[in-house]
Amino acid sequence: MFAIACVVLSLGCPQEPAPAPAPAPVAAPAPVAAAASKSFAVLGETVVTMVGAPIVNGAVLVRDGKIERVGTAVELALPADFPVVRAKVVTPGLIDAHATVGLSGLLNVPHDQDQLEKSAPMQPELRALDAFNPRDDLVAWLRGFGITTVHTGHGPGALISGQTMVVKTHGRTVEADVVVPLAMVAVTLGDGGRGRDGKAPGTRAKSIAMLREHLQKGRDYVAKRQKEPTTAIDLGLEVTAKVLAGEVPLLVTAHRAHDLLAAVRVAKEFGIRIVLDGAAEAYLVLPEIVAAQTWVLPHPAMARTGGELQNGTMELAKLLLDAKVPFALQSGYEGYVPKTRVVLWEAGVAVGHGLPADAALRALTIDAARLLGVDKRLGTLEVGKDADLALFDGDPFEFTTHCVGAVIDGVHYGGAPR
Amino acid sequence: MSARRLLRIWTLGVLLVGGALAQDIPHAFVGARIEPVDGAVIERGTLLVRGGRIVALGPVADVKVPDDAVIIDAAGRVIVPGLVCSHSHIGSVAGADGSSPIQPEVRALDGINPLDPGIQKAQAGGITSVNVMPGSGHLLSGQTIYLKLRDVRTVEELAIKNPDGSFAGGIKMANGTNPMKEPPFAGTRGKAAALMRAQLHRARDYQKKLADAVGDASKAPERSLGLEALVEVLEGKRVVHHHTHRQDDILTVLRLQQEFGFRCVLHHVSEGWLVAEQIAAAKVPCSVIVIDSPGGKVEAAHLSLTTGAVLDRAGVLVGFHTDDGITDSRLFLRSAALAVRAGMNRDKALQAVTIANARMLDLQDRVGTLTPGKDADFVVLSGDPFSVYTRVLQTWVEGKKVFDFADAKDRLMAMGGYGASDGQVMSMCCYTQEGQ
Repeated sequence: MFAIACVVLSLGCPQEPAPAPAPAPVAAPAPVAAAASKSFAVLGETVVTMVGAPIVNGAVLVRDGKIERVGTAVELALPADFPVVRAKVVTPGLIDAHATVGLSGLLNVPHDQDQLEKSAPMQPELRALDAFNPRDDLVAWLRGFGITTVHTGHGPGALISGQTMVVKTHGRTVEADVVVPLAMVAVTLGDGGRGRDGKAPGTRAKSIAMLREHLQKGRDYVAKRQKEPTTAIDLGLEVTAKVLAGEVPLLVTAHRAHDLLAAVRVAKEFGIRIVLDGAAEAYLVLPEIVAAQTWVLPHPAMARTGGELQNGTMELAKLLLDAKVPFALQSGYEGYVPKTRVVLWEAGVAVGHGLPADAALRALTIDAARLLGVDKRLGTLEVGKDADLALFDGDPFEFTTHCVGAVIDGVHYGGAPR
Repeated sequence: MSARRLLRIWTLGVLLVGGALAQDIPHAFVGARIEPVDGAVIERGTLLVRGGRIVALGPVADVKVPDDAVIIDAAGRVIVPGLVCSHSHIGSVAGADGSSPIQPEVRALDGINPLDPGIQKAQAGGITSVNVMPGSGHLLSGQTIYLKLRDVRTVEELAIKNPDGSFAGGIKMANGTNPMKEPPFAGTRGKAAALMRAQLHRARDYQKKLADAVGDASKAPERSLGLEALVEVLEGKRVVHHHTHRQDDILTVLRLQQEFGFRCVLHHVSEGWLVAEQIAAAKVPCSVIVIDSPGGKVEAAHLSLTTGAVLDRAGVLVGFHTDDGITDSRLFLRSAALAVRAGMNRDKALQAVTIANARMLDLQDRVGTLTPGKDADFVVLSGDPFSVYTRVLQTWVEGKKVFDFADAKDRLMAMGGYGASDGQVMSMCCYTQEGQ
């Protein structure tokens, strides 16, 4: 038997009475030392670990920013004075698999829009690191909904707009918060990638020709650097070399079916990895996408169905799941309002339109982590992983449920429920 | 259930294509949870409609279903009034052009494409009445039009008429950064208010000349279509629907409203939570937009999801709107649900997408609640109106089914997909960000 003390971790004491004491475990587990100031436990009526079935009356022990133990509260046998945070539902911290938050600022004025540089059609040398503002209020806004990690960076709107990165939503400094400094290189095909004021690329065929020429230039550059190591460094082609080596995928924003296939064609020709972003008409070419073995980031379920998204459907994620296409969910980029979408809510609407809730939660956690290559650190509640958790007072996808807190690297963010 | 009644259920689809004829046959929706909005929830009720009107509703045991009624088994369903959206841009609507900041003679009526898929998508979201606004980007973008989302082919058939036969609608005004441009538009807030006040003074003069000329046509001023509309505003016959976000801009609207005495609804009201007491004191209703994050424009930087709850608690009449295509008409109930999430009373939130908006459009005697005698506008839902898992199954306008999720074409409109948006014009109200 034990009683769990309520330690105020900005959530305050829960209003509900503590759950009835559970029966004593058969074998007494090793007691947990509560001495470490950075140690606390998150208790959930339901703890969704993403490995195995959810744990009823579960507990996650956090120490020094990592998950030290996961199990039932009974198994953990916490001492009475051990600091705890309680929630009805606990999940791994949510991962927004593609955003531009931190670069596309809240005010939406020219001085806070750093997701798109229009001076040239191809600028792979632009680093997300150098543009991300961790203190933009929208970063904290997302954290308030349990989103602890975002894949963010340069946005759609140029043939090659720049790099993306993976970053936690602490809102400290980019150096302190970054997880993957170079995650992908953003490419836009179709109308969105056209040049402005008559500049190239002016057509779809020109876009692809320029992209192929750039990749060829990258190949030549790699060969030349190998032969002549004194060859001057080209920042852009250094990044393109990583794409050609398969270290970094191209994040290809495209919506129409034929643009998606054009991206697949280029990927095959150069043997590079791509991730299809938006992909409004992906449902028209599912066998081809399956054959190409590419991940898809379906457009947000609530994305406006205008322009190249005119054939978009709120069922897209479900259709991808049915076809066994690997996917993760995203908030995407918005030029207007809402300046950032909330990927939790986009997932909710996808769930409301046929995507099973467990698949949606996978897409927001472990699947996104796999896509971003961070699944050793993130995406599940397992011992040794980053202590990133999202806390809810009910079904995370329900409109009227609140996010009651988040934990990132063992730092608890409480505040008013959202 | 008798064999005869079963047969009638079976032939429902056939009867409905009969149009007006089908409307005259009573329809009974039996066994649903009915949320009438103006009264207590009926857990297992019957809704009886006939001739385009609501005839009766109550517990199954209490509502006598006529022998000739078509019976629809609605057990497990939830029926709510047809949703009323107090601010939308569906129908490819365009109003005033870029030539001047104040254009009261322009009518949304003349710019609507009744075949625009946006109208069908609104039906798919359970919307049955809507205020279609012209604009935006002007101090005054023109006359708005109130529509019933009937399955028809002309705007005249969509339009709601006043008792005198005229088209029902308000007038759209805006302040803040939305109408700021190079001259002849206003470049500052002070100039914007001055331009609008000067125009309303001209309307007062015109109104006086008209009054003075009664009985003597020779004294009448030259007819001005624009000033005519503004005289209707001054006389309270035409409601001002006023775009306004920032707290100081909101108070500027109230100042103008008090000076000229027009009837007014505040729209968007992103910072209304900061001046709730002042809005309540002015007894001006608010049509609030629910956006998933603050910002996107400077004047919405302090937008809060709590606005609906705060204004409601202050005693303000609160409605929500889609501002379609800013938010999607198919997700209108979600706006109210997010307000509940942010602390708004659940009943008030349902009122905010039905009767509260009806009151803002002077349509409260015809729509907005499930009340005998009112138009048979209602939505059949698969569950709780505020659940993400709930789907709009059917939408009925004046006793006719205008949306049915079971119909493949309607389903396409509800979910999206290939061809769902053919010909649709997405109006992005206030969209001015360069180069996007």
